Amino acid sequence: MRVIFSIAKTHLLAKPKQSLVAMLGVTFGIGMFVAMVSLMSGLNNFTEELTMTSSPDIHIYKDITGERVSILEQLNPGGINFVHHPKPKNESQKIRNAFQIAELIRQDPDVLGAAPQLSSQVFYNFGPVQLNGNIAGVDILEEDKLFGLSSKMKAGEIAGLLTTTNGLIMGSGLAKTLSLSVGDNVTVTTPEGVTISLKVVGIFQMGLGEIDNIRSYANISTVQKILGKDQGYITDINVKLVDLYQAKAKAIQIQSIFGYKAEDWETANATFLAGAVIRNIMTYSVSITLLIVAGFGIYNILNMTIFSKMKDIAILKATGFAAKDVSGIFMTQSLVIGLIGSVLGLILGFILSYLLSLAPFDGGDVISIDALPVSFDPLYYVIGIVFGVATTAVAGYMPSRKAGHVDPIEIIRGI
Amino acid sequence: MKEIILETKGITKYFHEPQTFQVLKDINLKVVKGEFLSLVGKSGCGKSTLMYLLSTMDTDYEGILEINGENLTGRRADYLAGFRNQHIGFVFQFHFLLPEFTSLQNVMIPALKLGKYPESKIKKRAMEKLEMLGIADQAEKMSSKLSGGQQQRVAIARALINDPALIMGDEPTGNLDSTNSDIVFDIFRKLTRDFGQTIIAVTHDDDFAANSDRIIEMSDGKIVG
Ligand SMILES: Nc1ncnc2c1ncn2[C@@H]1O[C@H](COP(=O)(O)OP(=O)(O)O)[C@@H](O)[C@H]1O
Ligand SMILES: [Mg+2]
Repeated sequence: MRVIFSIAKTHLLAKPKQSLVAMLGVTFGIGMFVAMVSLMSGLNNFTEELTMTSSPDIHIYKDITGERVSILEQLNPGGINFVHHPKPKNESQKIRNAFQIAELIRQDPDVLGAAPQLSSQVFYNFGPVQLNGNIAGVDILEEDKLFGLSSKMKAGEIAGLLTTTNGLIMGSGLAKTLSLSVGDNVTVTTPEGVTISLKVVGIFQMGLGEIDNIRSYANISTVQKILGKDQGYITDINVKLVDLYQAKAKAIQIQSIFGYKAEDWETANATFLAGAVIRNIMTYSVSITLLIVAGFGIYNILNMTIFSKMKDIAILKATGFAAKDVSGIFMTQSLVIGLIGSVLGLILGFILSYLLSLAPFDGGDVISIDALPVSFDPLYYVIGIVFGVATTAVAGYMPSRKAGHVDPIEIIRGI
Repeated sequence: MKEIILETKGITKYFHEPQTFQVLKDINLKVVKGEFLSLVGKSGCGKSTLMYLLSTMDTDYEGILEINGENLTGRRADYLAGFRNQHIGFVFQFHFLLPEFTSLQNVMIPALKLGKYPESKIKKRAMEKLEMLGIADQAEKMSSKLSGGQQQRVAIARALINDPALIMGDEPTGNLDSTNSDIVFDIFRKLTRDFGQTIIAVTHDDDFAANSDRIIEMSDGKIVG
């Protein structure tokens, strides 16, 4: 109905200031939403990607802390048995036939790679100070294939590990604290008290403080040696999949086939993922609050407009406009305010996001970035405009309906 | 036997504020197609009230209202709005125009709502009506900027735009000087004679009434002659 639209337009243009104020309310709400959600999801994506690249899709290990059937229960099954505070046995964390298991897993077409490794808690000796950390014994070429380690090297080469018996590739944060550079030696002490001197052949940086500040890589044989274990001693197998979202199902499958604990990345990073959810909830609740405020603004302005236009409404109805036509006039006004306001809001949001992405930001020890990671996903702009228009539609509905039900005769007689 | 365009059967109406009082008493009226009717009576006798009721805007009454043989009593508000749009042109006692629109737009709006003709044709027809009433030069002016007499003529042009079968006016010439009053009378006369449209007009102008086809006199809510 063009006539409805043109009447709505005339009403909006007759009070430009009032229309503009209503529009800016929506603009501000949507602008803030887009900027906030872009920044939050930029941060989420950035850290998620870091976690993803530095942690395996599936981590296979031997779970020795798991619940264990007590000996009493074995001897007297079904009886009334009380076992107070059972503790785990001193079991080996060794995965038997780890290399064969890895080989079998690799044959699965869904699997990108499987890397057997073992790791040990160690103390890095820095003069009289001992720093807590760990060493992972890996097949460095397989590790590179899974985690792209060579692209994360800040100094030295991963190949250095192949040519140096007691070589070590160290996390950048750790190397900085220990003031070590490539070619230096460092002595490490295991929890069992073994002390050994290792040579730094490379320094890597994943970008995540929780890795860079504690981890080093060495050859499998080196770590087996400092732990005093045999050549078959492997504690973990890391698996990368072609499609990481299959991890959950695949982990269950692997666990049932090989009998070792297989943990998928979602379970392993549950706290991190929960953090992302909370950040999203915050973003959306702040934005929705802003939009509700804007919605009340529109509701008020529309109510005022309708009140001052009672006579016009009566004339329109007297000359043949139905209730839905009159409602349509005011609904159109609020939707136009919503649509233009939202589009301006998207532009404002984009500008704010762009400025944020330029702002210098020091991630400190936790994450290594120099500017805020901001997402420019078009999805948020779509959500923004849908939100904006929906808010104005809801805010405009009641007053518009009321306008549609004005009885013209009351007004015409009253004048 | 001429075709009856409007008929009322025992129409009665009460106002309840400030106290209950009967404003219309058993109105029985038959209006023939093409008739030019004047409604006269003292101020406060219920003429406006009856006109609002005949024009279907007021639905709070007892009795029956038929237009074109169709019983309109008890029809839904939206249906009546559509019916008015198509079949009834109304000139209010106080010329009601939309103040933010030009004279031309005010005349065009009911036709745009009806949507029978394309906009260009509606514009042409609206200009013709304004010309007929001698205010074509005011077409592009905001209606709020016109004098009372000019506004009244725009309102008459608006009532005519959809070629309604029934044209009702509550003192349509009340604000006009004798020249313009005569012009409006001649237009009404022509519409009834040449186009078979029907006019019911409340008037205080004795000449106007005397020259119409029939005079209905009201007194104290009753038709007395
Ligand atoms: N909304 C109303 N409420 C109560 N009484 C009214 C109302 N409108 C009009 N009246 C009364 O009804 C009577 C008829 O009014 P009206 O039809 O306007 O008379 P006329 O148009 O013939 O001068 C008057 O006595 C007037 O005071
Ligand atoms: Mg009156």
